[in-house]
Amino acid sequence: MGRIRVTGLSKAYKQYPDRWSRLAEWLIPFSRIRHQQHWVLRDVEFEIAPGEAVGIVGANGAGKSTLLKMITGTTRPTHGKIELQGRVAALLELGMGFHPDFTGRQNAIMAGQLLGMQLEDIEALMPAIELFAEIGDAIDHPVRTYSSGMQMRLAFSVATARRPDILIVDEALSVGDAYFQHKSFERIRSFRKAGTTLLIVSHDRSAIQSICDSAILLKDGRMAMYGKPETVLDFYNALMAEREGHMVRQEMLSGGQVQTISGTGEAGILCVRLLDDAERPIEAAEVGQSVTLEVKVEIRQDIERLVLGFLIKDRLGQPMYGINTHRQNQALDNLQAGERITYRFAFVMGLGKGNYSVALSLSRLDSHLDQNFEWRDFGLVFHVINNRREDFVGCSWLNAQTTVSRDTESNRLERTP
Amino acid sequence: MLLSLYRSLHDYRGFIRGSVKREFQARYRNSLFGALWPIFNPLSMIIVYTVIFSHIMRARLPGVDDAMAYSVYLCAGLLAWGLFSEITLRSQTMFLDNANLLKKISFPRICLPVIVLCSAAINFAIIIALFLGFLLITGRWPGLALLALIPLIVLQMMFCAGLGMVLGVMNVFFRDVGQLFGICLQFWFWLTPIVYPITILPEWVQGLLQLNPLTPVFSSYQNLFLYGQWPVWDSLLPILVIAVLLCLIGLRLFRQHAGEMVDEL
Repeated sequence: MGRIRVTGLSKAYKQYPDRWSRLAEWLIPFSRIRHQQHWVLRDVEFEIAPGEAVGIVGANGAGKSTLLKMITGTTRPTHGKIELQGRVAALLELGMGFHPDFTGRQNAIMAGQLLGMQLEDIEALMPAIELFAEIGDAIDHPVRTYSSGMQMRLAFSVATARRPDILIVDEALSVGDAYFQHKSFERIRSFRKAGTTLLIVSHDRSAIQSICDSAILLKDGRMAMYGKPETVLDFYNALMAEREGHMVRQEMLSGGQVQTISGTGEAGILCVRLLDDAERPIEAAEVGQSVTLEVKVEIRQDIERLVLGFLIKDRLGQPMYGINTHRQNQALDNLQAGERITYRFAFVMGLGKGNYSVALSLSRLDSHLDQNFEWRDFGLVFHVINNRREDFVGCSWLNAQTTVSRDTESNRLERTP
Repeated sequence: MLLSLYRSLHDYRGFIRGSVKREFQARYRNSLFGALWPIFNPLSMIIVYTVIFSHIMRARLPGVDDAMAYSVYLCAGLLAWGLFSEITLRSQTMFLDNANLLKKISFPRICLPVIVLCSAAINFAIIIALFLGFLLITGRWPGLALLALIPLIVLQMMFCAGLGMVLGVMNVFFRDVGQLFGICLQFWFWLTPIVYPITILPEWVQGLLQLNPLTPVFSSYQNLFLYGQWPVWDSLLPILVIAVLLCLIGLRLFRQHAGEMVDEL
């Protein structure tokens, strides 16, 4: 249960030169084909094993929504096949089909019936739905009196009242308040643990990285990449900044990570090192150790302005700390070809133990989207170890200074007014 | 194919039942008189026509010199016309009206025409029950021939469903169909003997009106309610054939274009 197999999937919309040609095609038997096919998705092929979580990324118009619509069954593919095993639930447009004049309860029942449930099934689930939605008495008020957040809460609760074998999510999670976002994400996580196959479309990098086993990159209706989320997202990130005369290169590093290097190449990174106090390069740093990140840059063509940025990411790709010389008012102007620059960032290692990678960017401005000379993921990989400090939990070392005092009878009296 | 249609309808019976019920509630939710409105409507029409035709214009049914008889005749025709126009008009827009649902949620599309048919049938049943009450009170109870009502209604609904399905699918791709059918319906109403008895027309026009497949059905209703006569079954054969054909064409169109439909909405 929960397997998704997509083979040779393509979708084209018919485009007629004018309205009459469609009529002609309908009415004249055996007439020639009068429409053109506009392909939005071509030859998509993948298989998702039960219990796997896969993210779909891609620019607007790359075909993500069309792909999801075909998998949920609202649109039919032009070619190809989709095989699904098990019960599918989709969180596409939450709250669709809610009738404003009916109460939340009546709408919940209706939404359940739209999913093919019988009245008795929904009534049995109703207490759980109410409990999860946390909208209180409002459940018996007309939906037109609801805020959009409340509608979303109710819709999510109905759609996920039963654990599906396959769950399809389309950026729906960005609605609702922070508390409910958290709660709904937690529910999705628990489904996944219980064996639900997950398919998520999102622009939220951290959402995909934290929950998905692999990711699919769609570009212009084709599958551009299928692999580990980090690799795919780095590649996607590089594609986003793509310009004329721009290259994207991915290399396998010895550690098994894939390094993505992209950019126009007017400036390039020569070497990246992590140094200790004695200027010795290190691969592992102690928590609390003073270290220096050294980056050497070569200028290959004259450029008017250069900003170097770095971003430290944990093993899941979540950002830990990032800064650039623009924000530190250290951007350089009027650089000549052949110049070499050494950047040194000195800091105390305040991260928890684990593996980290450093991504680097050379650009003209604050963001790499405008002019990207070079973007390099996995420019450096290092470990943080903790042999000297107390064994703490988490990714940041806050170096808490602790004082503890026991309340005695006398000072308790002093404090209570 | 029919089996799979049946199976999806069976799986979604909860949705169908719920939709019909909800449609009913939605119509009367915020009104004071609620379920009385659908009765006021034909009632006012019947009063207007009765007053104009039988009192002001002194129209009499041939052979019956009784103002009440004309009202019964008119009622029989208007009620049946109400059923016809409700199903066809609503089927014609059923896919367009539910565009949002169709685009976002995957459910068997065949539920939509079934919901239209069910809710029309319930509306009709309510009105017919009231009408029968009226006949009973005025001492015009048609007797055993009332049993013929069931096959008549089934036949008419088949015709409506088939026609409605054809129009509904076509209307998604060619919006002109909706406009055109609205106009057709006007002509069709007056080309069917509802307000007037067919016998007042010249012989050759009567022959033309017999080409209208609805004419025999409406005559059957009128004779049933007015005189307690059983329908002439032979006369209903053409519309039966047409109804079956329309249903087949409708289903075929639906199957061919149901997938493409969502792309057009």
